Amino acid sequence: MRAPAIQVRGLKKSYAHKVVLDDVSFEVERGQIFALLGENGAGKTTTVRILSTLIQADRGTASIDGCDVTLESDRVRQIISLTGQYAAVDELLTGKENLHLMGGLLHLDRQTVRRRATELLTLFDLTDAAGKIVKTYSGGMRRKLDIAISLLGSPKVIFLDEPTTGLDPRSRASMWEMIRQLAREGVTIFLTTQYLEEADQLADKIAVLAEGRIVAEGTAEQLKAVIGEERLELHFHNSADGRRAATLLHLPMEGDGLQLSLPAGGTTDSLRSALNMLHEHDIVPATVNYRKPTLDDVFMALTGNTEKEVRHYA
Amino acid sequence: MRRSALYWTLHDSGMMTIRSIRHMLRSPESLLLSVGLPVMLMLLFVYVFGGAIQTGGEYINYIVPGVIVTCVGYGSSMTAMSVALDMNGGLFDRLRSMPARPAALLGGHVLGTYVKSLLGTLLVFLCAIAIGFRPSATLLDWLGIFAILSLFLLAISWLAVVFGLVAGSAETASAFSFFIMFLPYVSSAFVPTETMPSWLHAFAAHQPMTPLIETLRGLLIGTPIGNQAVWAVVWFGGMLLLSATVASILFHRRRKV
Ligand SMILES: Nc1ncnc2c1ncn2[C@@H]1O[C@H](COP(=O)(O)OP(=O)(O)O)[C@@H](O)[C@H]1O
Ligand SMILES: [Mg+2]
Repeated sequence: MRAPAIQVRGLKKSYAHKVVLDDVSFEVERGQIFALLGENGAGKTTTVRILSTLIQADRGTASIDGCDVTLESDRVRQIISLTGQYAAVDELLTGKENLHLMGGLLHLDRQTVRRRATELLTLFDLTDAAGKIVKTYSGGMRRKLDIAISLLGSPKVIFLDEPTTGLDPRSRASMWEMIRQLAREGVTIFLTTQYLEEADQLADKIAVLAEGRIVAEGTAEQLKAVIGEERLELHFHNSADGRRAATLLHLPMEGDGLQLSLPAGGTTDSLRSALNMLHEHDIVPATVNYRKPTLDDVFMALTGNTEKEVRHYA
Repeated sequence: MRRSALYWTLHDSGMMTIRSIRHMLRSPESLLLSVGLPVMLMLLFVYVFGGAIQTGGEYINYIVPGVIVTCVGYGSSMTAMSVALDMNGGLFDRLRSMPARPAALLGGHVLGTYVKSLLGTLLVFLCAIAIGFRPSATLLDWLGIFAILSLFLLAISWLAVVFGLVAGSAETASAFSFFIMFLPYVSSAFVPTETMPSWLHAFAAHQPMTPLIETLRGLLIGTPIGNQAVWAVVWFGGMLLLSATVASILFHRRRKV
């Protein structure tokens, strides 16, 4: 049986008196996109730094493709690539020179470096900018070059620490597409994010990190089942309207008797028929809001109610 | 490819050195500045103050070693800055997660600085000769000059790397130049230390720049060297060993935290 792409057991890490990781365990299958979801300061970067051999954990074990990150760090470095939270490109070199330098430091032979550099520049649509100094690149171009560099050595496992933080929506969408493309090629991807939506869009498996522990783990669907899905919130002008609407739609009243919320995760048909029903009875909602669950809701649902016990789905 | 660790260390150092030299070529103004300032200083001393300073000989011949030593200040502060940038900007993190040899990452900065400084020194020599500098050094003397300058440049480069590693930011790291550029002024670089007040004379006569400058001057124009050469080697040999050791400890420590 082959080892999972990433296996983490009982990881602990403290700085001075601050416990950052308290007992972190998870597994990532080969070819999966795994998202570590957590607020700013939750310990996502610390986890990535341990897994990519940059720092050592105080306790626990972690292995990549069956190789221990501390004991076999040389082997691990051969099969991973790290793209940190801030673009690690050389500002004074051109895009192409960056790729050639990094290829050399990866100990690839010259022909391979040249071939891979050309391929990647084409793939990331950077061919025209290849000869320009990186200082002149936009944020999105830098990120692309950063990722291109991380693919030079054809790694088996890729770490992406907040790959879309600070990107405009268009660059973010193309980054998502790129990540999906990589996963299709069989690469295992470990990404961290602060955005539930991003994890939802990309990940085969999500782990939520809060207060040094994994407080939930599962697919996006499984997490949503805990926190509830997207909802349509209807506000009414008076409680009479509200009550009639509640009876018609078989929903409980919320708030001060003026509000209803109906699940919006299903088909458009169910939404349309609900709204038609209100229309036919001359009930006109005052406002309609679409509400997506946020990371806050995840934490509320998970840490508020359940004393932080670890939940496993799947 | 299966090759020895030593091969890869040299290979990676070479790549990092080329990178560092590329940086210099990308911003030639920094090289010009690091050579231009000392050359202006040389002109100022020779043509403005030179007449008033008694050194027992042509003043231009007296100050060339001092000008060369001030030359490294600016260059090494650039090194400190770029090490700090690599450390804080994530480049070293990426490199350390790759098979690249850790020693090479710092070694490249040091060798790059060394090459840049040698180039700067050569330019200062040429300018000095253009305005009347006439060294009397033999071939053997020149070899000695090259050796002692190399020791000095490598020691200062490693010290700059240490500054870069401990500095939280590139701005802090750039303060390194003040420290290095200040020392030659209170040495025998521009005036004989006997002319200074006694307390300053005591400092000037015993700080590392003075034996270095006296050795260089002796080799260049034949003034007596005495045991100054030994002191220069002890000072800068010690600085080289200490800085290189501290730098690798600091670099390694980052892995643990
Ligand atoms: N080298 C360090 N020394 C002390 N504290 C640190 C260090 N690195 C991270 N921390 C602390 O650990 C916590 C988690 O940091 P980090 O892993 O960067 O979080 P995230 O990436 O999820 O935002 C933060 O409170 C941070 O201040
Ligand atoms: Mg982070």
